[in-house]
Amino acid sequence: MEIFQQILFVVALVATAWYITKRVRLIARAINLGRPENRFDHADERLKTMLLVAFGQKKMFANPLVGVMHFVIYAGFIIINIEILEIILDGILGTHRLFAPYITPVYPILIDVFEVLAFGVLVVCVVFLCRRFIARVSRLQAERHRELRGWPVSDATIILVAEIVLMVAFLTWNASDSVLRDRGVGHYGELQGVVPDFLISQYLKPLFAGFSDTALVAYERTAWWLHILGILAFAVYVTYSKHLHIALGFPNVYFSDLQPKGEMQNMPEITKEVQLALGLPVTTGADGSQVNDNGEQPAEVGRFGAKDVQDLKWINLMNAYSCTECGRCTAACPASITGKKLSPRKIMMDTRDRMEDIQRGWQTHGNDYQDDKSLLGDYITAEELNACTTCQACVNACPININPLDIILQLRRYRVMEESQAPASWNAMFSNIENNMAPWKFSPSDRFNWADQVNEVK
Amino acid sequence: MTQEVKTYTVPTMADMAASGDEPEILFWVGCAGSFDDRYKRVTIAFVRILNHVGIKFAVLGPEEACTGDPARRAGNEFLFQMQAMANIQVLNGYNIKKIVTACPHCFNTLKNEYPELGGNYEVIHHSQFLQGLINEGRVRVKDGESFKGRRITFHDSCYLGRANKIYEAPRDVLAALDADLVEMKRVRANGLCCGAGGGQYFKEPEPGTKDVNVERVEEALGTGADTIAVACPFCMTMMSDGVKNKNREDSVRVYDISELIAQGQGL
Repeated sequence: MEIFQQILFVVALVATAWYITKRVRLIARAINLGRPENRFDHADERLKTMLLVAFGQKKMFANPLVGVMHFVIYAGFIIINIEILEIILDGILGTHRLFAPYITPVYPILIDVFEVLAFGVLVVCVVFLCRRFIARVSRLQAERHRELRGWPVSDATIILVAEIVLMVAFLTWNASDSVLRDRGVGHYGELQGVVPDFLISQYLKPLFAGFSDTALVAYERTAWWLHILGILAFAVYVTYSKHLHIALGFPNVYFSDLQPKGEMQNMPEITKEVQLALGLPVTTGADGSQVNDNGEQPAEVGRFGAKDVQDLKWINLMNAYSCTECGRCTAACPASITGKKLSPRKIMMDTRDRMEDIQRGWQTHGNDYQDDKSLLGDYITAEELNACTTCQACVNACPININPLDIILQLRRYRVMEESQAPASWNAMFSNIENNMAPWKFSPSDRFNWADQVNEVK
Repeated sequence: MTQEVKTYTVPTMADMAASGDEPEILFWVGCAGSFDDRYKRVTIAFVRILNHVGIKFAVLGPEEACTGDPARRAGNEFLFQMQAMANIQVLNGYNIKKIVTACPHCFNTLKNEYPELGGNYEVIHHSQFLQGLINEGRVRVKDGESFKGRRITFHDSCYLGRANKIYEAPRDVLAALDADLVEMKRVRANGLCCGAGGGQYFKEPEPGTKDVNVERVEEALGTGADTIAVACPFCMTMMSDGVKNKNREDSVRVYDISELIAQGQGL
């Protein structure tokens, strides 16, 4: 019986590892569709940002109450991993509370900490469900945000309920285990005097008082399996879910943009064209590198701006996989606040949806498969793009430094430069700048006329 | 009746270079500051302050051209770079080192985006510049209009605030007025856009439930302020339009911080 459980456990473990590896490779391949972009510079500044924003969750504390609640789940998640190590070893070796005899004085303290965290996670998950379905926090409501309809709301609910189930399994497992130990049943009894009652689960023990020994062992085994299989299933599920942010949040922050927020990225391939047009010496190649003395720099100029995910940078794509759809960007977006179609969260979700569609294409038609869709047009519309004021509120609001604005601007570049599809009044503005050196139709020679009024009485 | 007539001068770079002279700073006026009737008054107020404190400055006059910011943000990178490189040729030709501008969009572009194209200057926004003058005691706001007891709220510009993290300079300038400064709910990094950036100023907004500037003005009026202070030509227009939309133009005024300082100095 015991050996059967061990075999089953190892099979579950190996299957999970194999499946996650497969998923990670698929996601990595999708992210690598993006154009190259050097985000490996300034290691110390990046590390500092990651420690503050990812590990320290600095931006989450913009709302201290929500910050604390998120921190409980986050700390619970990280610290409970230590406990999972024991569970995995117990599962493989067929032991029970392997660590207990070796670290006797520390063991109960550790489990107490895990239990407090598990209880905290449980409470916070309930609060989070209430925020979604009772307090109805605006940014989480599908009626107000069309990008949340369907799967995103189910995804969020599944995660919260799953976490509650996992925590209940953990706490009741400890309780039933303690009752079995008290009764001296089998190997449970061996821990008498080694493992005391734990901080939270001791109060759950009365629940099991009426159970027969057999029923109790059955419950203990079920809770144990539910907890660990739940965790393994969750690990797989995460690779399909917005909850991938628990893994990608950290690298995503590490590779975040270090430029001032207002700075728009230069297009060196255009610099070369403009230098040629103005009769200036060419200083940059199409790839941005300095050219040699002959001014030669052969490089393929691709599209101007981005039409599809392949034209974006890999960091834009990593951003999309890291997004947890919390909607702080959209809640801060002036266009979204005033009822326009633009939602920065939707920009990120569309980008991820596009990549997942491409992945499905690979899986059903082979790795060279290309459909006839594109991010611009089939997922994101011109109306959304045109509504952006480039105010950077979305960039500022994201707790893990995702930049929806960067994607919006690259798509705008494609529309204007490749498709000549700017709104008519923008075209008028362009031609005014080109002809009159100002966005309005005034004569350039009148530019200094204001100086005539400088001595007039106000 | 005699009245003291102050005379203010506006030297151009061309004149200065012709006489072999160099200014301390170049005042980059910007398109709105040159052509927009309302913002021309801001340009004039700032020039009067510069004259008053005796700063040696110059403007490019007819040689100035749009920085290209609205073109770039609307997606027209070609046009932006054409403008940028032409401007850089002019600026570098005059050996310009230090630029002051009253437009956060010009400020951001000149400061952050011109270096990559060969234009490296020390770029200062007029709020920072005025803050410096006040800190040095070169500007005293006791000689003109009194602001005591007046409620002023400051609207953060995206390209000054979030884009370049300048939040305190304009507030310090307003603090010198001895007025009652009141803050809106969404300020500093959480400030709400006026609705004009990213090329929006030059087209109709997309359909929605409300215009952004109306939302922002409602928030500003909610503070009970009689003056909305701004530090950007786009914000100036959007806030003024919003105040008109609410039929409050008789009781609530929109001013640039340099106008308020000029009023306080009696310039």
